[in-house]
Amino acid sequence: MALAKITSVSGTAVHVPGADIDTDRIIPARFMKCVTFNGLGEFAFYDVRFDPTSGERTDHPLNEERFNGANILLAGVNFGCGSSREHAPQSLNKYGFESIIAESFAEIFFGNSTTLGMPCVTLTADQINHLREAVEADPTTEITVDVDKLEVRSSAGHTFDCAIPDSARDALINGRWDPIQELLDNEEKTSGVGEALPYV
Amino acid sequence: MGKTLYQKVWDAHTVGTLSDGRTQLFIGTHLIHEVTSPQAFGMIRELGLTVKYPHRTFATIDHIVPTINQDAPADPLAAEMMAALRENADDFGVTYFDLASGKQGVVHVVGPEQGITQPGSTIACGDSHTATHGAFGAIAFGIGTTNVRDVLATQTMAMESLKVRLIKVDGELKPGVYAKDVALDIIRRLGANGGIGYAYEYGGSTFKNFSMEERMTVCNMSIEGGARCGYVNPDDTTFDFLKGRPYAPGDAEWDNAVSRWRAFASDSDAHYDDIVQIDAAEIEPTVTWGVSPDQGISISETIPDPAEAPTEVLRNSYQEALDYMKLPGGTPIKGVPIDVAFIGSCTNGRLSDFREAARFLQGHTVASGVQAIAVPGSQITAIQCEKEGLDKIFEDAGFEWRAAGCSMCLAMNPDKLVGDQVCASSSNRNFKGRQGSPLGRTILMSPVMVCAAAVRGVVSDAREVFEVGEFDIAVT
Ligand code: SF4
Repeated sequence: MALAKITSVSGTAVHVPGADIDTDRIIPARFMKCVTFNGLGEFAFYDVRFDPTSGERTDHPLNEERFNGANILLAGVNFGCGSSREHAPQSLNKYGFESIIAESFAEIFFGNSTTLGMPCVTLTADQINHLREAVEADPTTEITVDVDKLEVRSSAGHTFDCAIPDSARDALINGRWDPIQELLDNEEKTSGVGEALPYV
Repeated sequence: MGKTLYQKVWDAHTVGTLSDGRTQLFIGTHLIHEVTSPQAFGMIRELGLTVKYPHRTFATIDHIVPTINQDAPADPLAAEMMAALRENADDFGVTYFDLASGKQGVVHVVGPEQGITQPGSTIACGDSHTATHGAFGAIAFGIGTTNVRDVLATQTMAMESLKVRLIKVDGELKPGVYAKDVALDIIRRLGANGGIGYAYEYGGSTFKNFSMEERMTVCNMSIEGGARCGYVNPDDTTFDFLKGRPYAPGDAEWDNAVSRWRAFASDSDAHYDDIVQIDAAEIEPTVTWGVSPDQGISISETIPDPAEAPTEVLRNSYQEALDYMKLPGGTPIKGVPIDVAFIGSCTNGRLSDFREAARFLQGHTVASGVQAIAVPGSQITAIQCEKEGLDKIFEDAGFEWRAAGCSMCLAMNPDKLVGDQVCASSSNRNFKGRQGSPLGRTILMSPVMVCAAAVRGVVSDAREVFEVGEFDIAVT
């Protein structure tokens, strides 16, 4: 299984405000009644994009026309906390996001995203604020998440050092972000470990 | 230097180091349910793979199960998920505790109940509350669906190693203070993201004296504190709980198993990356006031006033939470009216929870206008409760006694809040919209506190509602 080498993601960005955005917010549980991930994109952030009472579109940034087509999400601290549902990164990915920049990520969400080939990198609150201001002033501002060089750059002139765990960086840039083949290749060793465990 | 349980279990289950530097970890026990497994089975079918160790894979159905007429979901999507799990279990030879088995229930209640959850093992499940199983001295991870695929196909997954934080709680809890309060208190102190990068080891005399149910309640909520897993070292309490359970080692292997399990406990000279010390006597009955599990206060405190928040970030997040909760900052949490009372979930849906709640509820009546529901964590729990007549006590008090499932913990079945109803809930998450209504409001607390709120119709101090004498203390 040859996977794409994801060394960088470029495009436009949108900022979603708030700390501790949990996966229930990203994809409400009622939309998880499905046996495939297809079609989850339209439900991303559903309850904040649509007024729960009237069903009308809210003034959420994702509803702003000028951010249509944004493929990079800017967020705050502890993004993706809560449930382990892969439905959350899947819905963001299917919505059109190819990379997420936040102050920090919840671990399960981070791992799930990496396995989809969607790099999640961290910047400081200040740096994210600069990018937010830039994209809000001019939504066509081009942002590049350079996973290889560990940099986030913008056409507004920013260059920030970003962070991502070594293993995730390595997996993304070398096209190994989905580990299944390597896990399968080690079958013999796996069986050995299994045999040594009395409860297995 | 000695090792922690975490390190010992990790070492025993390491297959090797992957090219990206992560560890390939052997997962001895894989638990699956209807929400996060169908896509994974779809993926292995697509890749032409199979389930490597079907006998180490256990399925049950919990999230979408109706609690009235369990096996007849009116919702066609729920019926489709039910059918998919049945088919996948049959096709791949996976043990399935289905509705007809008499053993169905919330996956984190079923594993321990069946004796599948064992010390020194690695456990994974496509569900973040898998940390519950750590109560037995297992290392148990919640995983995403692609990981579920990996574990199905290879019985392994790629994992980054964690640091270990010892959370030591010593002393006796005051009457009316429960394991749930310990969990909420820890999360309040360390924050909803305080545990990122950590496994939590819960130690100290309080945990030593806890029952398995109490240990499970705290381990369950490790994830609310940001920790990927949490555990308690196995001891006689653990072994006594497991003895005689269907999947526990039989008499012939029992002694060997116990000595092997015992050896997994952290060494006294183990190194911890961090140590937190908490005095049990300081913990009060705790309730949440906001939309994150770390937004908690003791029952006698006032809701924080955003104007007094120490930082701007906190000020904003308090304000956002209070706007959603429609609660004024600076006022007491006690007295906030509730519409719904829910006792259940993998945090507090076990026999001991219903026993303790019934002990105080007996002779009281749910306030008019409050809908109160009690949902046992498993079919076995339901039968145990019914044998003891607990269902009658709940029903006499005005609770609805339902069938087993996740129910209103996340409301993927028909049990949902309506509009902006307020729910006093024994579950684990107070996120916006968590209980089925995009405007619904959740206040987390212990089951006994849920009973107190149900009886008074407002958030209350159970020690007052159920009278001083019953808790054998003088409450001022
Ligand atoms: S009871 Fe709640 S937290 Fe537990 S598994 Fe079910 S939905 Fe998840």
